[in-house]
Amino acid sequence: MTGTKPVQARLLELVRNQYFWGIVAIALLLAINVAADPTYLSIRYNDANGALVGNLIDILRATAPILMIAVGMCLVIATGGIDLSVGSVMVVAGAVSMEYLQNVGAPDSVGAALTAVAFAVGISALLGLVNAVLVAIVGLQPFISTLVIMLAGRGLAKVITEGQNTTASNDGFRWIANGYVLGLPVVFIIAVVIVLLVAWIVRRTALGLMIESIGMDAKASRLAGINRRGLLFTVYIGSGILAGVAGIFATASVMTVDVSRTGYQLELDAILAVVIGGTSLAGGRFAIGGAVIGAFLIATLDKTVVFLGVSSSATPAFKAIVIVVLCLLQSERVRNLFRQRRAAKASAPKEVVSA
Amino acid sequence: MATSLPIVEMKDISISFPGVKALDGVDFRLYQGEVHTLMGENGAGKSTLIKALTGVYKIDSGQILISGEERRLTGTADAQAAGIATVYQEVNLCANLTIGENVMLGHEVRGPFGINWRATYRAATEALKGLGLDHLDPRQPLSSLSLAVQQLVAISRAMVTKSKVLILDEPTSSLDANEVENLFTVMRRLRDQGVAILFVSHFLDQVYAISDRLTVLRNGKYEGEYLTRELDRTALISKMIGKDFATLKSLGRERQEHHGEPREPLLTATDLGRKGSIEPTDVELRRGEVLGFAGLLGSGRTELARLLYGADKPDSGTVVLRGKKTDLSTPAAALANRIAFSSENRRDEGIIRDLSVRENLILAVQAKRGWFRPLGKKEQDEIVGKYLKELNVRPADPERAIRNLSGGNQQKVLLGRWLATKPDLLILDEPTRGIDVGAKAEIQATVAALAEEGVSIVFISSELEEVVRLSDRILVLKDHRKIAELDNGPEITAETIVAVIAEEGVTEEGAA
Amino acid sequence: MTSTLQPRKDGSSNLATGDRPVSQRFRFDLNTLPTIAALVIFIGMIAYGEIAYGRILQANTISNLLINNAYLIVLAVGLTFVILTGGIDLSVGAIIAFSSVSGVMLANAGWDPYLVMVLMVLMGTAFGAVSGVLVQYFNVQPFIATLAMMFLGRGLASMLSTVPERLSDESPIRALATPIKIIDGEKVNDLVVTPGVMLAALVVLGGFFVLHRTRLGRTVYAIGGSEQSASLMGLPVPRTKLAIYIISGTLAGVAGVIYTARLGSAQNITGIGWELDAIAATVIGGTLLTGGAGFVLGSVVGALVLGLMNVLITRDGGIRPETTTIITGGILLVFVILQRFVIRQQR
Repeated sequence: MTGTKPVQARLLELVRNQYFWGIVAIALLLAINVAADPTYLSIRYNDANGALVGNLIDILRATAPILMIAVGMCLVIATGGIDLSVGSVMVVAGAVSMEYLQNVGAPDSVGAALTAVAFAVGISALLGLVNAVLVAIVGLQPFISTLVIMLAGRGLAKVITEGQNTTASNDGFRWIANGYVLGLPVVFIIAVVIVLLVAWIVRRTALGLMIESIGMDAKASRLAGINRRGLLFTVYIGSGILAGVAGIFATASVMTVDVSRTGYQLELDAILAVVIGGTSLAGGRFAIGGAVIGAFLIATLDKTVVFLGVSSSATPAFKAIVIVVLCLLQSERVRNLFRQRRAAKASAPKEVVSA
Repeated sequence: MATSLPIVEMKDISISFPGVKALDGVDFRLYQGEVHTLMGENGAGKSTLIKALTGVYKIDSGQILISGEERRLTGTADAQAAGIATVYQEVNLCANLTIGENVMLGHEVRGPFGINWRATYRAATEALKGLGLDHLDPRQPLSSLSLAVQQLVAISRAMVTKSKVLILDEPTSSLDANEVENLFTVMRRLRDQGVAILFVSHFLDQVYAISDRLTVLRNGKYEGEYLTRELDRTALISKMIGKDFATLKSLGRERQEHHGEPREPLLTATDLGRKGSIEPTDVELRRGEVLGFAGLLGSGRTELARLLYGADKPDSGTVVLRGKKTDLSTPAAALANRIAFSSENRRDEGIIRDLSVRENLILAVQAKRGWFRPLGKKEQDEIVGKYLKELNVRPADPERAIRNLSGGNQQKVLLGRWLATKPDLLILDEPTRGIDVGAKAEIQATVAALAEEGVSIVFISSELEEVVRLSDRILVLKDHRKIAELDNGPEITAETIVAVIAEEGVTEEGAA
Repeated sequence: MTSTLQPRKDGSSNLATGDRPVSQRFRFDLNTLPTIAALVIFIGMIAYGEIAYGRILQANTISNLLINNAYLIVLAVGLTFVILTGGIDLSVGAIIAFSSVSGVMLANAGWDPYLVMVLMVLMGTAFGAVSGVLVQYFNVQPFIATLAMMFLGRGLASMLSTVPERLSDESPIRALATPIKIIDGEKVNDLVVTPGVMLAALVVLGGFFVLHRTRLGRTVYAIGGSEQSASLMGLPVPRTKLAIYIISGTLAGVAGVIYTARLGSAQNITGIGWELDAIAATVIGGTLLTGGAGFVLGSVVGALVLGLMNVLITRDGGIRPETTTIITGGILLVFVILQRFVIRQQR
């Protein structure tokens, strides 16, 4: 009616948007850090290696692996599934590359680094394939199929490294996680490029539409002639490959694979990032952008807890708060409560009579 | 019978859902010791009325009296406490438990050490015996029983709760003759014990065999209450369809004979069938022909259509398409062979609610191409623009979520989805159900135009006059099988088909 | 009239389903098949161990198996309730961490040890109640709700302490782990139980009683069979769903007490991944992840299979310990595929 209404409506839409709360949460965390240390946001340039240095850069670096698995997880969840195996796939990928680099013993060879990457990605794709077969052909629930690969995967990593935390040295491989281009960490640039590539494939082809369609309504999609099996293969193998890349990121930064800690429980962070980003665990509409924000939020949360001097093992408690608050915001019951209150306010004068 | 106060009395009941008035001032009375059948076509409001009586839906206005007392029912448990038990078509029992556990669930006999299973099973045996089901061992798993017997078990469960009113919602739709007879024996026994039974069925023979009284609903409105013996079949069908006998006869005259000369066959199905849904059936379809499937709900008309599209896998028969034997066991395969199928279940099997109009429209074309060969923006706009315009979709906004469109417009979008795949054979199952008159006429016109262009069409509808008006030939189905194939012509009217359905199986003096 | 009427005269129908006594028997056995298979595998493992390594089928090995796995048995009983309804509880491992760390700290701070034990159990109850409320009243998926409680439990435990908290040597809580000789065998070959084991046995019996002898238990099975049917039958579905998360949380608290008593210390990293062990034990024991079928006693066997597997791997020496999780995953896979087969048969 009045000119203010569209603005209000637009604001309301913004507030309803899941990204919005994620961004609010990130801003809040950064504000807390600034309060603790006013120089928190400062970034300086290191002339020695051409790198930007600062807390924000650290956050970008920490975001990279979570970003990879969150994007893969987002597509899996959109089909109505879940992939619990990504953490274990990370460690397998790390183990394979470290083991290869240690044995090939060529610390400067770019070829060796590329071969290591190829091996890591290859085995990750293979593990994704196993998930896909279990889900799409054997017909097991995604939860249990990927749980099996989660358990077996970590064992496999230990077998590959004979239970040791394997260390290797290769400049090229190390550069992936520790190098800088244009002052930014290479690892972050690679991650962004991959995310953009995935987003481009998903949205420019009909893949995204098909995934959402089977996640929303498997029955109607089948009648529309959609090949669910093929899509599940694409998505689970894709999630495996992205987890493999995350594994490379995680191991390359220290050039060591820690068979019991690399990627441990990161599947939970990935699921969390996806849920924060507004993709429902029930499947259907997905938001890669939301998952990206979710990944940033988790990395920021991790770094903030450490920065504030709280033990990093206490981080999960803060994650729990984030989950509960976001779930409550999503729940019909709470939304109805708000709606009723607003409605009651709006129609209060009229209600007096009928009440 | 029926001298005292009714045990259930529903007065002037209205229920609305967003955009639809599901029940509009409906009255219903049920007496002790009678079998009372609720009749009506799809969307007439039968199940809404039942859900109002069982407390699943809240009524907007009206009154429900049980044993003369007004009640506000708030849920199944509440209705059960008031003595109303329901047995649904898709038996709502737990297949993972035993027969006895199911009968007694929530009413187990308890002793000092928790549930006393011996006494509980004894009570279950008693309850089963009360219905003449002595031969069942209550310790056997429920899943070992056929659906028919499971239904009887569900009825014994209702008797354990000492129900005075028993609602049987389409209990016979998947039973064979013997099973139906067993069910009727049980129903008569209960009726004689004074239980009031509300029965819903689409099978006229069964309705006449078992019920004492009928209430007919049409389009959510009360049509009338009759003693079964005073209303013959043809009159009943007229009441359900809402045309009196004279109108029924005059309808269909206007249909023009648009295809005289024989055309080459497109599809020939031989012995196509699937256990439990349709007996082996032959279907022949020529190019540019509209083949109507007529029959009441549950006659097998939908089941047959689904087999032609591979929506269900046939377990017998072969299909020859364009002279070649073709495997149509999945929708994707059928679509690749230029067959399209629009399901009667628009909400669950047609539209994908959360996708936009554009996405819903291009879905089948895109699925046919594969995801890696996306339709370009321009191609999409072309397809979407073309069909939104041709089919007159309102509002013509492709980015709107389809769930926000009216039923008729959703149906038009779906029609567009299938037309966009350029089908040679288009199967339309109830394309005009539950949509407004204008949209209905538009869809009918589209069907006629398509046939003119050479597309073969299978047309299914509960409205016989619609089938008669559009079809070149009509395949009549009843009780899961084909009972007749009629060449359409000026002599064929909705009434002819009603007569075929009503007479089939009735040995002596057919009505009409 | 040019109509060509071709009514079918024979009234035969191929739609009859009828009773099939032979498949009836077969199906009934299929329901218990996974549990029987678990039992057979357990016995097979014992036999193999006895033949290959010796000293398996003897009192002290069996005693240790029970003592070391008492906590897992208790957790598996709790998970059985949840999984029977088709839900999942990821929080149990973290609940143990929180309740044992806080319990030990309270006891060391001089609180009455018996009160502390009760509090430890009640903490589990509280976590379970929050999960249940989120699932039932706020429509949060069980996976996410219990994941939140898992994070919360683990995080709170870590805030309390990140180092092992040792229970004082004379604390009465340790009494739960005092060995009680039942049969005095030769040398160290005694049949021994601890009050902890007895408590676990009590939990198993209690779980069995509730599931099979109370209406709550029957409702649990009914929900797992079909939540919609259970509702339409007038069963108290919301109350029951809340109850099972409370039961699972409470039993996690009990498991925390048993484990703390045996180890004599607690740490924030205690119980990482135990929810998966408990889920695996339940599934191996024959409970369908989709709900509706399974037995508490099966879950006990499942827990013992996992426990015995560790014993055998240790005894063998040739099997590298790092393959443990591969074997667990493999066993799990075999069992779920077996269950899948069972479900297909039932359809």
